[in-house]
Amino acid sequence: MTVVERVLAVIEAHRGDRGALLPVLHGIQAEFGYVDQSVIPLVAKELNLSRADVHGVVTFYSDFRSEPAGRVTVQLCRAEACQSVGAERLVAHAEVTYGVKVGQTSEDGAVTLGQVFCLGNCALGPAAQVNGRLHGRLDPARLDGLVDAEMEMR
Amino acid sequence: MTTTVYVPRDAAALSVGADAVAAAITREAALAGRAVRVVRNGSRGMLWLETLVEVVTDAGRIGYGPVTADAVPALVAAGMLDGAHHELRVGVVEELPWFRAQHRLCFARVGVTDPLSPEDYLAHGGMTGLRRALEIGPAATVAEVTDSGLRGRGGAGFPAGIKWKTVADTPGELKFVCCNADEGDSGTFADRMLIEGDPFCLIEGMAIAAFAVGATEGYIYIRSEYPEAVRTFRRAIDIAYAQGWLGDDVLGSGLRFDLMVRVGAGAYICGEETSMLESLEGKRGVVRAKPPIPAITGLFGKPTVVNNVLTLASVPAVLADGGASYQALGVQRSRGTQVFQLAGNIARGGVFETAFGISLRDLVEVHGGGTLSGRPVRAVQVGGPLGAYLPVSGLDLAMDYEAFAEAGAMLGHGGIVVFDDTVDMASMARFAFSFCAEESCGKCTPCRVGAVRGVEVIDRIVGGEDVDDNLALLGDLCELMTDGSLCAMGGLTPNPVRSALQHFADDFTPRRVTP
Repeated sequence: MTVVERVLAVIEAHRGDRGALLPVLHGIQAEFGYVDQSVIPLVAKELNLSRADVHGVVTFYSDFRSEPAGRVTVQLCRAEACQSVGAERLVAHAEVTYGVKVGQTSEDGAVTLGQVFCLGNCALGPAAQVNGRLHGRLDPARLDGLVDAEMEMR
Repeated sequence: MTTTVYVPRDAAALSVGADAVAAAITREAALAGRAVRVVRNGSRGMLWLETLVEVVTDAGRIGYGPVTADAVPALVAAGMLDGAHHELRVGVVEELPWFRAQHRLCFARVGVTDPLSPEDYLAHGGMTGLRRALEIGPAATVAEVTDSGLRGRGGAGFPAGIKWKTVADTPGELKFVCCNADEGDSGTFADRMLIEGDPFCLIEGMAIAAFAVGATEGYIYIRSEYPEAVRTFRRAIDIAYAQGWLGDDVLGSGLRFDLMVRVGAGAYICGEETSMLESLEGKRGVVRAKPPIPAITGLFGKPTVVNNVLTLASVPAVLADGGASYQALGVQRSRGTQVFQLAGNIARGGVFETAFGISLRDLVEVHGGGTLSGRPVRAVQVGGPLGAYLPVSGLDLAMDYEAFAEAGAMLGHGGIVVFDDTVDMASMARFAFSFCAEESCGKCTPCRVGAVRGVEVIDRIVGGEDVDDNLALLGDLCELMTDGSLCAMGGLTPNPVRSALQHFADDFTPRRVTP
């Protein structure tokens, strides 16, 4: 299937939804791993919106990526509850270990390091999502183990 | 004989290995030649014990925790499947002091049942509230909710019955019920646990709301940071349709109610109700000016009930037992129970549901057991990132909306985050501003620009630059944000800042700035 066909298939699945743009964008990100600039005109035309509207929505929400993520995506929680049990030490460790700043993907495309404000695991912090899976009571060694395990699977 | 074993499927339990524990129990039981039925329940809310395994015995459900997959072979060998002694055995779960001290209404079934079993739901009193509502009619249903004194659990505490009456009294062919499950406050996770642990209760509450106000369509807006909750709730909706609890003819009453899940996209501001409505409409989550209020001009301009998860999940019990019995709990104008969440640096963190009026000290020190690190408690933040920081001397505050408001704090969604004596309160105040700068929707200037300026001013204060002038400036900035912001994001960000400054002034003394 071409990119256009894949985008149209996502849009078609949400054709009857009220205010379908967010579900469509989630669908596109699930399909391609990110929301490429080039699909915006097509989405806008199909949903009868302006390109500016669609661009505005894509860039408002931090979930929508403009480029592909690394093989392992680590989302470290930096909200207050996780800070109270050492989240910032974990962030510092991850930045050094993976050689990236929060918000970046390592040059070899291995790891994307992100931050998130609360994963709802506030009694078992520090918490993080590793490739979408929630983990609690993290320390540097456990985090490294989880990332290594994900790396081996990919 | 088959032994029933409960292993939670709650995301918090999964985060410490509950799936591996469940697999290990199945494997070890088979090796031991024992027939077991592993039920994946919600969490009991004693999160420090996760993974909490419960074994059904004649004496009751006996708990073991915290269990890891590695410990399972030894546990099974020690006779866990018969409730035998082991160092991880905590006893009959429902007789634990931490559990007995609670009054669970909203969380009555969470952790007890299989969240996706309609049989379990009915066997534990499910659908009684909706049946009663259908029997007494919409107006009487609204009256019950009003009489119960139930107030919005999202944080603002607006009386639910009054909101419902406004929607019911507003004429319209199309009305909506929207459940706000964008639980973004740090230190709160009760919405998530309810959705994952008793989703049918929320569905029933939303159906009651729809019936009461004449709505036919419902949306639940769940944040994308909660993928387990999204998965569980989608499955629960499918099951509810198959059971006739949703659809064209709810419980054979002729009531039509359709329910859809919408997933957020990582914007904290979408927990603000008008911003959530914008997001549901497929737009940027930018706050709307009020009035018009959503009850009259809400989703797609139609009359809309917007309630928090816990508000809607409290409704079935209100209807089943009557508004008066709910009203009998609590203090002053805070009626019923509140689901408190003990979080952060706390020895025994989790969900603690009890009537309003309990003291913060009881929750943190008695039930929570103090800090996880074992160091002294220094500060407690109640009500999420926009809530005030309280010093240890302020812990005798009663947990009710008005007592908190009087103390210049807020109860919010009931989240309690504990910090030990290593916390630097100037950096927490700075974080409050930087969080606001990161998450502001950008519509109003006090919030969008004020938050950025706030970070700079705090940096100058701790950097020793014109300290007195900058403290005065910080005071002005906080006043301006409080008075001039469009919504609670900018309007309440000064709460943590001012309280940190008031109670922990020493932390703001100039020091060498660390990069």
